[in-house]
Amino acid sequence: MIRYVSGRLTQSLLVMFIVAAVAFALFGFVGDPIRQMITEDASQAEIDRLREIMGLNDSVPVQFWRYISGAVQGDFGVSYHHKRPVGTLIAERLPATFELAGLSVLLSVVIGIPLGVYTGLHRHGRLARGLMAASLVGVSIPTFLLGILLIYLFSVILGWLPSFGRGETVAVLGGFWTTGFLTTSGLRSLILPSITLALFQTTMVMRLVRAEMLDVMRADYIKFARARGLGTRTVHFRHALKNTLMPVVTVIGLQLGSVIAFAIITESVFQWPGMGRLFLQSIQQVDIPVMSAYLIMIAFFFVVINLITDLAYYSIDPRLRAGALKGNAHA
Amino acid sequence: MKLYQTIASSTLATVVAVTFAAQVQAQENVLRWSSQSALANIDPHGTTTALPLSIFSNVYEPLVGLNSDMELVPVLAESWEVVNPTTWRFKLREGVTFHNGNTFNADDVIFSMERVGNRYSFLRDRVSMIEEMVRVDDYTIEFITREPYPILPQMWTSIYMMDKEWAEENDATVPSNSVENIESYAGQHSNGTGPFRITERVPETRTVFEPFADYWDEVEHNLDRVVYIPITQDGTRVAALLSGEIDMMYPVPIQDIERLQSNAGTDVLIQPELRTIMLGMDQNRDVALHTNTGDNPFKDRRVRQAVYQAINIDAIQDRIMNGLSEPAATLISPLLFPPAGEMERHPFDPEASRALLAEAGYPDGFQTALVCPNNRYVNDERTCQAVTSMLARVGIEVELRTMNVTQYWGVVGRPVQDFAMYMMGWTPGGLDSYSVLFNLMGSWDEESGRGRINNGDFANDRIDEIIALVESETDTEIRDALIMEAYQIVHDEVYYLPLHQQTVVWGVRDGIAVTQRADDYFQFRTARFTD
Repeated sequence: MIRYVSGRLTQSLLVMFIVAAVAFALFGFVGDPIRQMITEDASQAEIDRLREIMGLNDSVPVQFWRYISGAVQGDFGVSYHHKRPVGTLIAERLPATFELAGLSVLLSVVIGIPLGVYTGLHRHGRLARGLMAASLVGVSIPTFLLGILLIYLFSVILGWLPSFGRGETVAVLGGFWTTGFLTTSGLRSLILPSITLALFQTTMVMRLVRAEMLDVMRADYIKFARARGLGTRTVHFRHALKNTLMPVVTVIGLQLGSVIAFAIITESVFQWPGMGRLFLQSIQQVDIPVMSAYLIMIAFFFVVINLITDLAYYSIDPRLRAGALKGNAHA
Repeated sequence: MKLYQTIASSTLATVVAVTFAAQVQAQENVLRWSSQSALANIDPHGTTTALPLSIFSNVYEPLVGLNSDMELVPVLAESWEVVNPTTWRFKLREGVTFHNGNTFNADDVIFSMERVGNRYSFLRDRVSMIEEMVRVDDYTIEFITREPYPILPQMWTSIYMMDKEWAEENDATVPSNSVENIESYAGQHSNGTGPFRITERVPETRTVFEPFADYWDEVEHNLDRVVYIPITQDGTRVAALLSGEIDMMYPVPIQDIERLQSNAGTDVLIQPELRTIMLGMDQNRDVALHTNTGDNPFKDRRVRQAVYQAINIDAIQDRIMNGLSEPAATLISPLLFPPAGEMERHPFDPEASRALLAEAGYPDGFQTALVCPNNRYVNDERTCQAVTSMLARVGIEVELRTMNVTQYWGVVGRPVQDFAMYMMGWTPGGLDSYSVLFNLMGSWDEESGRGRINNGDFANDRIDEIIALVESETDTEIRDALIMEAYQIVHDEVYYLPLHQQTVVWGVRDGIAVTQRADDYFQFRTARFTD
């Protein structure tokens, strides 16, 4: 088990290194950071001087080496635009993104799984068919459009919910984490963005659970369970649902990663002060230290989430536990 | 049942509390406004970007400022005079205090100028003309320049004064910069002489300003607090104004202007902007890039004029800019240089255009290419598309290439200059013609930087002469005449194809009065709640 985890972590370092290298190579095409720092009427001498002191005249491998050796020591440099350490900038925005992403995934699980079970069990029912049709809209409507529509309906026309921002936040855990869950305005502000971000996941979880349920319900052991005279409820939830959860957990895990990584659009529409917006801005401003750090961090999240997902298998699927005991970790 | 009751009563209590809080707030005049970007860093010498500099103008003040008509006015300097062509004497205002209670005097000015001139400061260019500063007494200071520098006050309208003692106590004598990994104290804290002070700051979310009780000047506002809320997305920002969550915002996207006008509770303010949008052409290479003629047609004045006269600027104003642009005849706004208003464009005349092309030896036109940014100026891409189709009508087939502004500079700027034609906008630094002449119209001279933005690389000896003369001419009349002569040459030789000045559009909720300025500086001291 420990060997398994440490092996995966070593792999993850390699993945992050490659991501950083690819990202760095791409930055040559984003544009010139100097142009974003100075006014149009700055002199050529000024531009040259800045290039020199920022080390932009060095070759890309040299710049990359400098960046990586800093990053290994936990120093991701100072943002060109914000003129503050990148680590601090990201740490400040982490809570906003995590709360939004966490709530969205929670919503998609809490709503998606029951709906999936329902539509799976009553697949010819009218309601189930209606839900399936509605879910098509869910998977196909672009996040951006959904966000704007919700803002228009609930903020502009009805005036019920705020159209932007995080509302009042409270610092907890010694000021390290800011949360919007403890104030009315913070909770109100969470509603529209989390729905926007959750809709796609919810419909996906629902469709996935439904498909798995349909599959499992045809299996022999369900018939045997019925034959044994077990109650419908026990059959459905103890035997059927539990066996559908394997792929669902995998997908939810991966989705959590992508929800964090791709909350960018939702954050941008709702002016949500999270990491996604920071990243989007940094692209516009050619803020290379921020872009690199963000990409490395997202790579790290994916690796860790995959690891956790794999570990979750262990607890759900007894066959894997048996394999691990025999030292056959990679089975 | 009990549970329901508890929920019901606590909900009621919350509603009452929220309503009550809203009422308490309504009695205070809190102005909430929004623009595009967050105030990442509040060091007044740490940026050259227009939006933060404009917001800082409420907290910090320059020696010399601009009023809402873009005229120079004394601010922290009471008066100034030119003692001799290289010596400027500034008399400072007495009785001015910083937000922390310290008195403003000549030491603060010298300190601030040195801080701006620090080798890591991005604003360094604005003060590099200073050779020496002489402190005559507590409230008099002399600036000695290397060479005569007639537009010195104009260059300093966004150079803000800081408190020397405060900066030294907090180790903030060097401006914030990413190069040295310096996170200046002044980047997160403020202490100016302005009518407002920053009392709370959550960079991505809000910055709160409150009136400074000991401000030296009279103010017309009746605000208790100002909250700046950055909202990047245009649609969200418009929605926030429509839903009443904010009171004022800019810029308003062109397509939403009508929406805000027709909506009952909101309105828009519109004013011409200072930036001039123009097209440039490669007039240097012997064979123009992306062009099929085998030579460089743009070296011929007749071709340049043919392109000029093929552009229907009224149609662009009408259909692309929704009437919100001011067609330009030269490279500077008449707001900045009034004589420019007397110049007239070459008339739109496709017939004449075709005739000129035939005369120049291109009776069937030719193929060429145009590079445009797509996120820099108002409707930049659409304007270029319109120009492309207008040129097609006289036989010039244009391949349009549009790109993000950060890439655009790499393509259009020196030394790459990968274009046959390109679009550009220019707001002169110091709001003076000299910046246009020196950067856009002079022939390229690497040493002095003259002609740095003359990307088309044309050269005119008389213009270069005029630049040298204007540089040190202190007689306004002679100077204006020289400048006008240069603009006339550019017009006659068609070195550029000026298009228009954009407009500044602000959206405001009813019940708020604000003074709009052509430089987009929102000065809180001019805002009032009228209901």
